[in-house]
Amino acid sequence: MSGFDVLVEVRLRPGIADPQGATIERALPALGFGGISGVSVGKAFRLRVEAATEDEARTRADDLAHRLLSNPVIEDATTTVLA
Amino acid sequence: MTHVGVVVYPGTNCEHDVAEALESVGATCELVWHTRTGLGGCDAVVLPGGFAHGDYLRPGAIARFSPVTAAVAAFARDGGPVLGICNGFQVLTEAGLLPGALQKNRGLAFLCTTVDVRVETTRSALTGEAACGQVLRIPINHFEGNYTCGVETLAELRDGDRIVLRYTDNPNGSVDDIAGICNEAGNVVGLMPHPERASDALLGSVDGLVLLRSFVGAKQLARSG
Repeated sequence: MSGFDVLVEVRLRPGIADPQGATIERALPALGFGGISGVSVGKAFRLRVEAATEDEARTRADDLAHRLLSNPVIEDATTTVLA
Repeated sequence: MTHVGVVVYPGTNCEHDVAEALESVGATCELVWHTRTGLGGCDAVVLPGGFAHGDYLRPGAIARFSPVTAAVAAFARDGGPVLGICNGFQVLTEAGLLPGALQKNRGLAFLCTTVDVRVETTRSALTGEAACGQVLRIPINHFEGNYTCGVETLAELRDGDRIVLRYTDNPNGSVDDIAGICNEAGNVVGLMPHPERASDALLGSVDGLVLLRSFVGAKQLARSG
């Protein structure tokens, strides 16, 4: 068994309203950050997964990402094994 | 007499208000700690407001894994009346007992105010004694009350007469002004407004009483059905 560093990114699914992203984007010009659009807000989780292989680490992190870290009704999750 | 189980997760904070309001309309109540695996003796169950498990990750995300949530799901499958108020509504959606999800409010405002909601159906466990079109003045108190669902789910809710309450003046960005919904059978209901906070003239409104009375009476409907 060895440990794999995994990054799980959770973002709202296309078409789901993003009140945080919209509010930040609206505030940007007044804060001096012009020319920025398409702001969306999600979550990132960094984990260390004990597993025999990289594939197993990814599978276990995927399971966690889809069953707990994200709400599949409104969010997508992607899992990346970093090292 | 209807005996109501009032579920308490770590961080739930409306359980005593809910119990007192339900007792004022004739129920007896029992607080049910979240580690319980059964709801023996309960005729109906309420998931009250608060911050179950601190709302960490997402409201309801961790509460879904509490042992009592599986017991609530089994109780709901058997036709038992289940009511989720505010955080309880969020838990019911995370647990898959009601469709959709509750997102942060439009404009990112925490809302603590009193709103008008219109009763849209009387076929739910919460509205059996109310009238369609009746407007009720009930407090809301939430950050994540913005009801969201896909177009197919929204069509199912509309076609199945499952939208229980709508805001007359949408405060939070909810799809289709939705303030409360129910499952297909109507025995599981979730709403963001707090009927227990509109249950005594001292609180400024008694409009929540008709909902609580309906819910307490819903036991007989489920049994005879």
